[in-house]
Amino acid sequence: MSDNAESPTENQKDEPSIQHNVTEHAGSPDEKKKIDILLKAVGDAPIMKTKKWAVERGRTVQSLAQFISRFLKLEPSEQLFIYVNQSFSPSPDQEVGVLFECFGSDGKLVLHYCKSQAWG
Amino acid sequence: MADDKDVLRDVWFGRIPACFTLSPDEITEREAEPYYLLLPRVSYLTLVTDKVKKHFLKVMKAEDVEEIWFEYEGSPLKWHFPTGMLFDLHASNTALPWNITVHFKNFPEHELLHCASNSVIEAHFMSCIKEADALKHKSQVINDMQKKDHKQLWMGLQNDKFDQFWAMNRKLMEYPTEEGGFRYIPFRIYQTMSERPFIQKLFRPVSPEGNQLTLGDLLKELFPAAICVEDEPKRYQVIIHGIEPLLETPIQWLSEHLSHPDNFLHISIIPAPSD
Repeated sequence: MSDNAESPTENQKDEPSIQHNVTEHAGSPDEKKKIDILLKAVGDAPIMKTKKWAVERGRTVQSLAQFISRFLKLEPSEQLFIYVNQSFSPSPDQEVGVLFECFGSDGKLVLHYCKSQAWG
Repeated sequence: MADDKDVLRDVWFGRIPACFTLSPDEITEREAEPYYLLLPRVSYLTLVTDKVKKHFLKVMKAEDVEEIWFEYEGSPLKWHFPTGMLFDLHASNTALPWNITVHFKNFPEHELLHCASNSVIEAHFMSCIKEADALKHKSQVINDMQKKDHKQLWMGLQNDKFDQFWAMNRKLMEYPTEEGGFRYIPFRIYQTMSERPFIQKLFRPVSPEGNQLTLGDLLKELFPAAICVEDEPKRYQVIIHGIEPLLETPIQWLSEHLSHPDNFLHISIIPAPSD
């Protein structure tokens, strides 16, 4: 939030490789490194036409949130909240692979996203 | 039972003597004296360091002050992990007090989460509790609580009120007797040797045959190198709340008694000191 010129801004290098990895990953040697995530909009958050994404296990929640924000072309002032099980928002530095293993079902992890706090 | 209640108190009132020193990179108007504080193990650094901040602000100009952050021997300290776990991971086997360096500039954006106010800590704390209950009870207990009950958990931690916190937290520690434990144990394993933030997986406290599983069973599955092999020197220490629990300890008992207020069992694995 600081307007100090020295503050590092959002790391553009983090521009997720998600887009390049989208779906049709069956048979790829990277398959095990990736998990399927299903993104669902809540409240006034815009819906994504592509809901299912293949994402690297080691990717953090924060980097996923940045990807969604960019994909939806949200204003920098707009916040994005991500929820698991429609109950808790995982820590930004948590890996999606961990969430998948603990809270995934039917081979995918369902995440809800919204622009305001939806659940507690 | 009386003994076990004592364990809860001992864990809650665990303190780490710390010495806070201002980083030499900071610009001050006069010399900054170090500040000493007993840090509650189960709390969060940014929740208990208002006095530290005030102390150093006295010798600094407002324009030289940005968001406060803490570092130990080059590692930025992640405030969103419980303080006791940070100490166990980074500073076990070192002399006390714990020497923490205070910074007001050059916030390490890629390593630390911002903490603008206590409400950020509260949101993080409640999310952890909810995640833990999702594992323990499919979220049924936390969802049955009211908003004021959630607030009681947070206020208990914030104001260091053991009875207030545990009057509510005991509900999160219940389970059907016939099942012998929680659905899954909420735990996180931290290690300094890895870039990954932590290991977390689904782990049941009871085997399919109905036997109680132990800390050793958990490590065997997730971090086998931490289990000593006969005739070989010990390679790792497995530390929870500053102690090395016996590997035979049932994981369910540890979850009920040595979990942090966020309801997770925070386990640090560090290289064993070579004598």
